Amino acid sequence: MSFGSVGIVPGDDVVGGPEPQPVTKGRKERPRPWRIAIFVLAALYFVGPLASAFKFSLIQSNGSYGFGNYGQIINNSAIRSALITSLEISAITAVLVVVLMLPTVVWVRLRLPKLTLMMEGVTLLPIVIPPVVLAAGLEELQSHAPEWLVKLLFNHPVTALTPFYVILALPFTYRALDNGVRSIDLHTLVDASRNLGASWRQTIVHVILPNVETAVLGAMFLTIALCLGEVVIATLLLYHTFPVALIQESLSGTAGISVALSIITLAFTFGLLFALSFLAGRRHRPSSGRMI
Amino acid sequence: MPFALYVLVFLGLPLYMVIHGALTTDAGHFTFSNFKATFNSPAYRTAFKNSVILSIWTSLVGAVFGVWLAAAVVAGKPGGMLRRVVSSASGVFAYFAGVPLAFAWVATLGAEGVVTVLLKDIGINLYAGSFTISSLLGVGLAYVYFQVPLMVILITPALEGLRPEWQEAAQGLGATKLRYLRHVAIPVLAPSVIGATLILFGNAFSAYATALALVGSTLNIVPAQIDDAINGNVLVNADRLGLALGVEMIIVIVVVMVCYWLVQRRARRWLR
Repeated sequence: MSFGSVGIVPGDDVVGGPEPQPVTKGRKERPRPWRIAIFVLAALYFVGPLASAFKFSLIQSNGSYGFGNYGQIINNSAIRSALITSLEISAITAVLVVVLMLPTVVWVRLRLPKLTLMMEGVTLLPIVIPPVVLAAGLEELQSHAPEWLVKLLFNHPVTALTPFYVILALPFTYRALDNGVRSIDLHTLVDASRNLGASWRQTIVHVILPNVETAVLGAMFLTIALCLGEVVIATLLLYHTFPVALIQESLSGTAGISVALSIITLAFTFGLLFALSFLAGRRHRPSSGRMI
Repeated sequence: MPFALYVLVFLGLPLYMVIHGALTTDAGHFTFSNFKATFNSPAYRTAFKNSVILSIWTSLVGAVFGVWLAAAVVAGKPGGMLRRVVSSASGVFAYFAGVPLAFAWVATLGAEGVVTVLLKDIGINLYAGSFTISSLLGVGLAYVYFQVPLMVILITPALEGLRPEWQEAAQGLGATKLRYLRHVAIPVLAPSVIGATLILFGNAFSAYATALALVGSTLNIVPAQIDDAINGNVLVNADRLGLALGVEMIIVIVVVMVCYWLVQRRARRWLR
């Protein structure tokens, strides 16, 4: 996994950016050689391998070209069960993340703004700690844990991985939700709702949630993308999730199916983030201009 | 606060287990011997050397091309299609694509890869020398594949913060484009670029997914050694050596993050 600014989060300035700056006329219309050069390089370097992978995925087991590998995805039970596991993990993690983080973000913004810096620091931790080290810690925990805990957590990939994927998702989700909450008039909304007799739970669910829909969706998209891609912890702890199954299938001689599925995964993830860029651009937010 | 409790349990506990395990013997006594053992092992020393070399060159290459690409994108229309596509694609490559990316890489530069075959057709045998896709160079080339997009994500806000007025002011005072770059743009951007490059270093240093998918745990880098120590059961006591390696990794990353934080304080002056 990764590090640093989570610029793809909605409202984080990468998409849309600050208010459009007055650009000198003509500057953007005429493509310059240095721009064309890097675009050509980037296209070769990034699209080339994808095209190669696509070509590879079209080679069927009998040697001819066709979409056979894509058709076989549905028949491959190992991958299917792993995919279901991963989808379960993604869905639960995405919901859990919002349930855990939205009240926290609201509470910090409302009552404890001094903790903002600390929150940013804490939510960066999962980025600073290499996943392989987290996995090592879990392994150690697993071998020392009392039996009831092993039964409760580690016996099934969903219960074993979900709590930790929530942690891994923190850097993305905290920023997404924080940007969302910052863009609404939180104090007024909460005061109004509380004055009308709503409980805290009602306020969060019925008043704040509808107002930060896009941020919540963004947080969930990023979490799903993360859960479908995380492979290090799952591999080290020997759980059979989707990306782990992809690797195993590719080693067992059915690489075509693995590659076909990877292309679908990439397209799906790209679709999620691309949709997100439109959601984020829909509303104008005060921009933060910070890189963390 | 439930959040604090959650982080403490699900992040703090595993971390505690790593540090505690690294600092104790099997009988539970306090010791530094695990660390000493990792320092004295030639294999682990090579692993650190390999990891550092791999991280340095992939982060430098990633930084150069990332800044270039980001500058080309920022020069385009804000909010345009190009930006959306590049920023979404960068997100996918930088954060979420470890395994698929490795496969794409094999399909391109593997022994039967498209580019390998193409080059062979025009008479260049990529595999004539010591190059393979599972060598340090091969894996590094795949790392660049996520380093460049990460640089684009990290540096774009800084590039957007460069005000056009500055360029106009410089040109109004008679500066050439080159002098504007030399005396205004580069000094303003330098801290951001250095900071982002540090992040790239840390990212490559702790990354394992791509290497895992490309070569498994046979490549001698630190995360692979941790994987081996924990799941391989080759040596007695290997578990604790793995944990000690983990702590050492965290220390390296913390040093990098402290440098990042120092540089970042300077970068913020101009970018708000």
